[in-house]
Amino acid sequence: MNYQAVVIGTSFGGLDALRTILPQLGESFPVPVIVVLHIGDRNIDSFISHLNGSCSLTVKEAEMNEPARPGFVYFAPPNYHLLIENNFCFSLSADEKLNFSRPSIDVLFESAAWVYKQALIGVILTGANSDGADGLKVVKQLGGTTLVQNPCTALAPVMPRFALTLARPDFRINLERVAPKLIELTSQ
Amino acid sequence: MNSYYDDQNSRLLDIEIGLLLEGVYQKYGYDFREYSKAHVRRRVLSRLKISGIETVIGLLDRLLRDADFFRGFLNDLSINVTEMFRDPEFYRSFRENVIPKLRTYTFIKIWHAGCSTGEEVYSLAILLQEEGLLDRCQVYATDFNGKVLDIAREAVYQKSEIEQYEQNYRQAGGTRKLSDYYQSLYGSVMFKKELSARIVFADHNLVTDSVFAEVNLILCRNVLIYFEKDLQNKVLGLFHESLTPAGVLCLGSKESIRFSKYEDRFTAIDEKQRIFKKRLI
Ligand SMILES: C[S@@+](CC[C@H](N)C(=O)[O-])C[C@H]1O[C@@H](n2cnc3c(N)ncnc32)[C@H](O)[C@@H]1O
Repeated sequence: MNYQAVVIGTSFGGLDALRTILPQLGESFPVPVIVVLHIGDRNIDSFISHLNGSCSLTVKEAEMNEPARPGFVYFAPPNYHLLIENNFCFSLSADEKLNFSRPSIDVLFESAAWVYKQALIGVILTGANSDGADGLKVVKQLGGTTLVQNPCTALAPVMPRFALTLARPDFRINLERVAPKLIELTSQ
Repeated sequence: MNSYYDDQNSRLLDIEIGLLLEGVYQKYGYDFREYSKAHVRRRVLSRLKISGIETVIGLLDRLLRDADFFRGFLNDLSINVTEMFRDPEFYRSFRENVIPKLRTYTFIKIWHAGCSTGEEVYSLAILLQEEGLLDRCQVYATDFNGKVLDIAREAVYQKSEIEQYEQNYRQAGGTRKLSDYYQSLYGSVMFKKELSARIVFADHNLVTDSVFAEVNLILCRNVLIYFEKDLQNKVLGLFHESLTPAGVLCLGSKESIRFSKYEDRFTAIDEKQRIFKKRLI
């Protein structure tokens, strides 16, 4: 399979999980990585600059009309939903919250699933609510590949548990295996 | 997910949505053809689910025959989510960077495009009042959704929201108390008439209508994000045409004129808060 994008969703515990995963992805990681991290109204500038200190990929907030490109990790801006358009550019939305969340993982995953179809990898990590489970299910139904962090290795097991039950993902893996798995899948 | 559009015929979804938007445009004159596809898809799928219709063509059939049903769909697509003093830092910057300029005018014309239920309009009216400028203003507040304009004219809002608005107001640099500007009635509050005396609410569609008036200031916040790039360009052109020389344009905090056709026609007053000024030439 020639993958074209990775989407990641996480909430509570996500800062640590992402700090583990993202630095392991080398600068030649072949597809864009697009992340929804629930962080409330706080801005994520300092987390992004922290990650830039330890990642080979360039980490930034996704902007309206910006194309999703390899070499980058994109974060949804706080308080906006992030979507992918048919031309692989980002769009934002100030719609009402979904699952008490904005950005919502479901919104990103569903829009990405319709655009990338089989060429998408969806990843659900640690988190304390059910956001992302529906979205991951759509990724799977449209032929994408799905990964869920093993709840036993998650700081908050609720989100991966919901995703496991609802989406029945292709892989259930420990946190430290997530990055190697993404590298393996995308280098085939 | 809708089982009709599985991975076998998922392409059909976009084709059918294209037909739906075309049909809606021809029948009702509302043009969503250049709205963000991802946004429209999400709204269409949720409408299918809620109304128990299986296919988008089925939805189109219903929309064409049932004008009331269409009005509900218009609400789906128009996203009226708003709040008072949304993005308080924007209002702070406005006080600091735009108000001094407005002070130099004897008469100020303002256009809120995509004003939704009016919270943004009353927020700015309060700020202008506190700066002693409201009496000199003529405010046009427009939206293409008649239902939200009715609410905006009433100026009645849920009390449950007010606490958040109070907080926004303070963070926005408000000099009094928000409660000075409204009366409480049961579970709701009504903003005082002195605020609305200078405001005219009117129906205007940014996609299909032309220049509304010549104005010194335009606020169009969180509307362009729902448009595709070409339509964003078109509407920015409309704003450029509507502004007086050195007129001010305020966009939503994640909207940008960078990479647009009009990038060179404006200069930033506050890049971060998306406050721009029309260049003289
Ligand atoms: C998310 S609200 C923004 C409200 C307010 N400006 C704010 O930032 O809080 C977007 C508004 O734009 C309006 N809108 C969308 N398309 C429009 C169009 N073509 N012409 C006029 N208004 C439009 C919608 O009806 C909605 O009320």
